[in-house]
Amino acid sequence: MAIKIENIEKKFFGKSKETHTLSDINLEFKKGEFICLLGPSGCGKSTLLNIIAGLETPTAGKVYLNDSEIKGVGVDRAVMFQESALFPWLKVIENVEFGMKIAGVSKAERRKKAQEYLKMVHLKKFQDSYVHELSGGMRQRVALARALTLDSEVLLMDEPFSALDSQTKSILQTELQKIWWETKKTIVFVTHNVEEAVFLADRIIVMSANPGKVKKEFKIELGRPRKVDSLDLAYISSEVMKVLKEEVEKVAKKEYDSDWDIEKDNVLYNADTDMGAGL
Amino acid sequence: MFYIMLILIWELVYRLGVDVFGIWKSYTFPSPTNVIESLIVLTKTNVLTVAVIDSMRRLFIGYAIALILGTLLGLIIARFKYIDENLTPLILGLQTLPSVCWIPFSILWFGIDESSIIFIVAIGSTFAVTTAIESSVKNISPIYKKAAQTMGASGMKLYFTVTLPAALPSIVAGLKQGWSFAWRALIAGEMISASTGLGQVLMVGRDLADINQIAAVMVVIVIIGVILDRVVFGKLEKNIRQKWGLENN
Repeated sequence: MAIKIENIEKKFFGKSKETHTLSDINLEFKKGEFICLLGPSGCGKSTLLNIIAGLETPTAGKVYLNDSEIKGVGVDRAVMFQESALFPWLKVIENVEFGMKIAGVSKAERRKKAQEYLKMVHLKKFQDSYVHELSGGMRQRVALARALTLDSEVLLMDEPFSALDSQTKSILQTELQKIWWETKKTIVFVTHNVEEAVFLADRIIVMSANPGKVKKEFKIELGRPRKVDSLDLAYISSEVMKVLKEEVEKVAKKEYDSDWDIEKDNVLYNADTDMGAGL
Repeated sequence: MFYIMLILIWELVYRLGVDVFGIWKSYTFPSPTNVIESLIVLTKTNVLTVAVIDSMRRLFIGYAIALILGTLLGLIIARFKYIDENLTPLILGLQTLPSVCWIPFSILWFGIDESSIIFIVAIGSTFAVTTAIESSVKNISPIYKKAAQTMGASGMKLYFTVTLPAALPSIVAGLKQGWSFAWRALIAGEMISASTGLGQVLMVGRDLADINQIAAVMVVIVIIGVILDRVVFGKLEKNIRQKWGLENN
């Protein structure tokens, strides 16, 4: 087992109330497995990822990486965020080198390795650009290259493609699949996008909200490489969607006024245009 | 072009107010031509050159001291919560204190000479630099720190490779503000306790009831202020902003 999550609880204590974000999470991820944490916004999936990363401490429970307990951040777990989190004061290549520089790798060596990884994400010709000269998709590519240079066994990704347009997103998803295949990393990928999860994952953990719990697990036993437009994918997505939909509704009902209803407020539905359909 | 218009309007107001209607006496209202004349005289007699050099020397020494002290103080405050909570109100209070208030203090400590003015310049801008550095360091986006931590940076390494560079654009803006505080403190200090410098030439103008000399020195003060602001800090700020992509072109 690469990652073992044991009885994780997380509560946030605000001024007036406490929020129970995660409750009784028990999970095990195998080495080299691609895991997607799927759930509506506010279900604590990002919090869980941050706990694995060591950026947040759980209120109770433990996380193990290869049988040693995780206490704080470490380079054995690379993290990619929704925003690229690249440093605007450094050139692209210097951004990619950052982790190696901290680790004390010699200049020549880290430059060579950084170029290798930039090549892997197809951005070698932009190595001397500054971050603001890149598009959102390019930035995430650089961030991915930067994460890969750490040579970590685990890669944690927090909705890394959710801010991108759908074309760029599907290109990057396909490439991530390839890079995962080549590097054999254990990837924990947080998303709220069902198709993305089904396309990428070996296993999908669907989470429910308030408090965040594991609702259901799906094993996605589709052959690889997968294609975005495959029918099997669409079929499994609809299965997963059924489970997720209840959760999304639950969260929405809590956020919107009490008269809101997913059926009633569906814009396209109008009883007069049915012409007896469903009789 | 705009400034030529402005000077013409000024001349016009002078002609109307002094010559035509006689609202003001000629010794209470400067005219552009007389101011320029006065500037030429002051330059020819070397008074202005000496004054500018003296003032600049004091400004640079005083501001350099303020930079060192202010930066150190700011970094310490941003780093340690205890000091922050206790010292920040005091610093804020001291920053709102006009630098002229330090003059009596400084004269008693240093007497009427060079060091008393440098002291005023330094103390007038130190706290502005301090607050600027402190808030820049505190307000950097937490995502940079998080990202750096996951790549193994911590402690001093994190501080120097991420925290400070991330704070740089607003630090420069803060230093610029500190500089303008120093400039004001300098002139105030020179007006009261100096035997050379721009502020002193200004006061000589008052003693001689020469409104044109007063206006001439004011013009010089403004011009030097604008030049330093634009050339030194403007360029520095623009470079950084461009590199970061905060500014186009």
